[in-house]
Amino acid sequence: MTEFSNRLRPRDEADLAELVRTATGPLEPIGGGTKRMMGAPVEATPLDLAAFNGIIAYEPAELTMSVGAATPLGVVERELEARQQMFAFEPMDPRVLLGSPGEPTVGGTVAAALAGPRRVKAGGARDHLLGLKAVNGRGEAFKAGGRVVKNVTGYDVPKLFAGSWGTLGVMSELTLKVLPAPETERTLILDADDASGAISLLARALGSSHEVTGAAVVDGRAAIRLEGFGPSVAWRVGALLRELGSPDAATLEPAASRSFWRDVRDVRSLAEAPIVWRVSTVPSLAAAFVARVALSAQLRVLYDWGGGLVWLGLDAAYEDLVRGALAEGHAMLFKAPAEIRARVPVFQPAPSGLADLERRVKASFDPDNRLNPGRMGR
Amino acid sequence: MIAMPKPDPQILARRQAIAAQLRTLLPASSVIAETERMRAYESDGLTAYRQVPLVVALPETTQQVADVLRWARREGIKIVPRGAGTSLSGGALPVADAIVLGLGKFKAVLDIDYANRTVTVQPGVTNLAISNAVDAAGFYYAPDPSSQIACTIGGNVAENSGGVHCLKYGLTTNNVLGLEFVTPEGEIVRIGGKHLDSPGYDLLGLLTGSEGLLGIVTEVTVRILQKPETARALLLGFASAEQGGDCVAAIIAAGIIPGGMEMMDRPAIHAAEAFVQAGYPLDVEALLIVELDGCAAEVDHLIGRVEAIAALHGVVVSRVSTTEAERLRFWAGRKAAFPAVGRISPDYYCMDGTIPRAALPRVLAAMRDMSAKYGLGVANVFHAGDGNLHPLILYDANVPGELDRAEAFGADILKLCVDVGGVLTGEHGVGVEKRDLMEYQFDAVDLEQQHRLKCAFDVDLRFNPGKVFPTLHRCAEEGRVHVHRGETRFPDLPRF
Repeated sequence: MTEFSNRLRPRDEADLAELVRTATGPLEPIGGGTKRMMGAPVEATPLDLAAFNGIIAYEPAELTMSVGAATPLGVVERELEARQQMFAFEPMDPRVLLGSPGEPTVGGTVAAALAGPRRVKAGGARDHLLGLKAVNGRGEAFKAGGRVVKNVTGYDVPKLFAGSWGTLGVMSELTLKVLPAPETERTLILDADDASGAISLLARALGSSHEVTGAAVVDGRAAIRLEGFGPSVAWRVGALLRELGSPDAATLEPAASRSFWRDVRDVRSLAEAPIVWRVSTVPSLAAAFVARVALSAQLRVLYDWGGGLVWLGLDAAYEDLVRGALAEGHAMLFKAPAEIRARVPVFQPAPSGLADLERRVKASFDPDNRLNPGRMGR
Repeated sequence: MIAMPKPDPQILARRQAIAAQLRTLLPASSVIAETERMRAYESDGLTAYRQVPLVVALPETTQQVADVLRWARREGIKIVPRGAGTSLSGGALPVADAIVLGLGKFKAVLDIDYANRTVTVQPGVTNLAISNAVDAAGFYYAPDPSSQIACTIGGNVAENSGGVHCLKYGLTTNNVLGLEFVTPEGEIVRIGGKHLDSPGYDLLGLLTGSEGLLGIVTEVTVRILQKPETARALLLGFASAEQGGDCVAAIIAAGIIPGGMEMMDRPAIHAAEAFVQAGYPLDVEALLIVELDGCAAEVDHLIGRVEAIAALHGVVVSRVSTTEAERLRFWAGRKAAFPAVGRISPDYYCMDGTIPRAALPRVLAAMRDMSAKYGLGVANVFHAGDGNLHPLILYDANVPGELDRAEAFGADILKLCVDVGGVLTGEHGVGVEKRDLMEYQFDAVDLEQQHRLKCAFDVDLRFNPGKVFPTLHRCAEEGRVHVHRGETRFPDLPRF
């Protein structure tokens, strides 16, 4: 955790509520501080949540884990590994791309909704956040959701908090769904003529019954991950290769496969790029989108989610080019110097009707715009 | 009986004029104002509650929905959205001074996209019709509420519907990618699409399961999956519910997430067996159906592992399906459990709490005590994998006082679910049925925050009144809170 001279350090939930309620200016909730260089820059007093650290309840047989918001992700993942479980949304480590210091926390990971390759099969952070305790912008402590895996009681407020970047409330405790970790995994690497051809292969794999849990285009080749029980993975590797008509594809064994997808998850291949866009789009439109950008800019690209997630590494922001080339979906300026993030909307602006609803949702939690004001441009 | 809000006599008095105005906005066949014809809309799956609507409107296009909602806002008229009317919690129950806005004419499948594995439909398309539309290509839509032959995708979105396969494949909210909806102000808004994630707040997640309180969904994009290659089931009988519950926990602890995992208690087993002769053992206290799906190599492997786990947990009856007919026979009794209970009791009341599974023996024991206290029988079916209980309370509506006793019994069960760390509803929704129990699960601040979200969408509180929240004060009342001595906190900050 970086040192801040003026930070506030609430001791517990009541203290947190009091600090927010009596704050005389805007606040920036901080867990491990690894994602402070994301979103629009915020001028605010850091609200250091270090006190909310620790596993509160882990019930492997109930598939639930409750933690303090600032519990390091690494600590939780080691606990989960000891019971052969995982956060199935495969949260990325933002430090690889951003070069940021600190330790990612569970609260920060959920607030930024940074899901990894398994998103195509298992869903995102939103799909695994079951409940939370938080303090809203009025300084009121409230709870939402529950501590069980199946719950439709009241509005699904936790969904709003996944990807809210600390703008709706300060989470103090989160309950997440956990799932069994796969017994083993293999990755198939298939040659393709171009990105479009590779994405077509991924579409066929994802549209098969073989439960693909990773589908990326790396260095122009299609990479397909199969996970599960040993006999099942062995059989599906053969069956999928037959169906795709690629009997001589390369296969990565478990250790190599794990390391391969860790690099895809963390977008290691774009780590040197000064500007990185994270583009969510329709898989079949992805290659044409990248080709349009490539007409006017030097770029590096990584396709994940079967083409539905495009990472672009560029030398400059090219915001008009990137957003102009995008027919469907949205582009987030994931990595850029603060002066560019202050000028370019980091998150794709919403059409007016939707933007109006989002403003009202924000105001329903934080009417005085006290929490991370402007971070999302919302 | 749960009280509904008092109707506004001025609106009731204007009923004919309101119908006439609607006829200027909609085709003549889209407005129903004759009492006899409106009776088809007077109830939903919670049949103990009935109310003839003010008028029924059945628009045909999104623009018509927007026109009706803009007009209704000007006129201050309340709206009760309705799909197929299969809600078990009274979500579609009419109120006397509200228009029922039915989406039954929105029946088109708009787009099937196999390359991106999505289907876009209008909200009146049934859940099963989505799967049928993509069946020939081997695909299906995973969430499968038991009413899937009748319930619509619009209703599924409103209720965040589940089904027996949702432990492995998720609820509606995990399978919807995009929506078009019309706000209570009559604005048409699109959220999501064929892509994943959204750039702003996850309104898709908020709208899903909002029980018709925030808007009218007019288009839905869902993801589809290739059907599993095969499925097989085990039928496992135990001498106690505790052993059955321990077996479920051990299966999950072994890293196995079955496609379906259902439990029935002794009364439910007996009722089902008497009805459909599924071949269930009658001398066990708990019966588990564990279904494994996937490729044959996986299913065969896991069948062996589950058999071994069951043996370690004292299973007394263990059968494995060897044919598709046998698998379906294992399911036949479970799928007929509700009508089977309907044969042994004139009426039954289906509850829907979720508990941490470890609390199952305690909850079942307490339910037996409550059954004696209220003098009413109870049979239990249970989505064992995710802890979602469906106690069926047996009563006779023709016996004075029995419905009230059944409701009190049900409320006690749901409070118990909350007491052990669970929730009031796992998949049926709050609706009217559990509205007055919300204060048991949530405190005043929790509910106030949810109410402010309601106000962000429906400032006049005209959408689905009397549902989900026990007491709603006017939205403007809370507006006073954040103006102190006529000043907001940070006068220099941008406000939105």
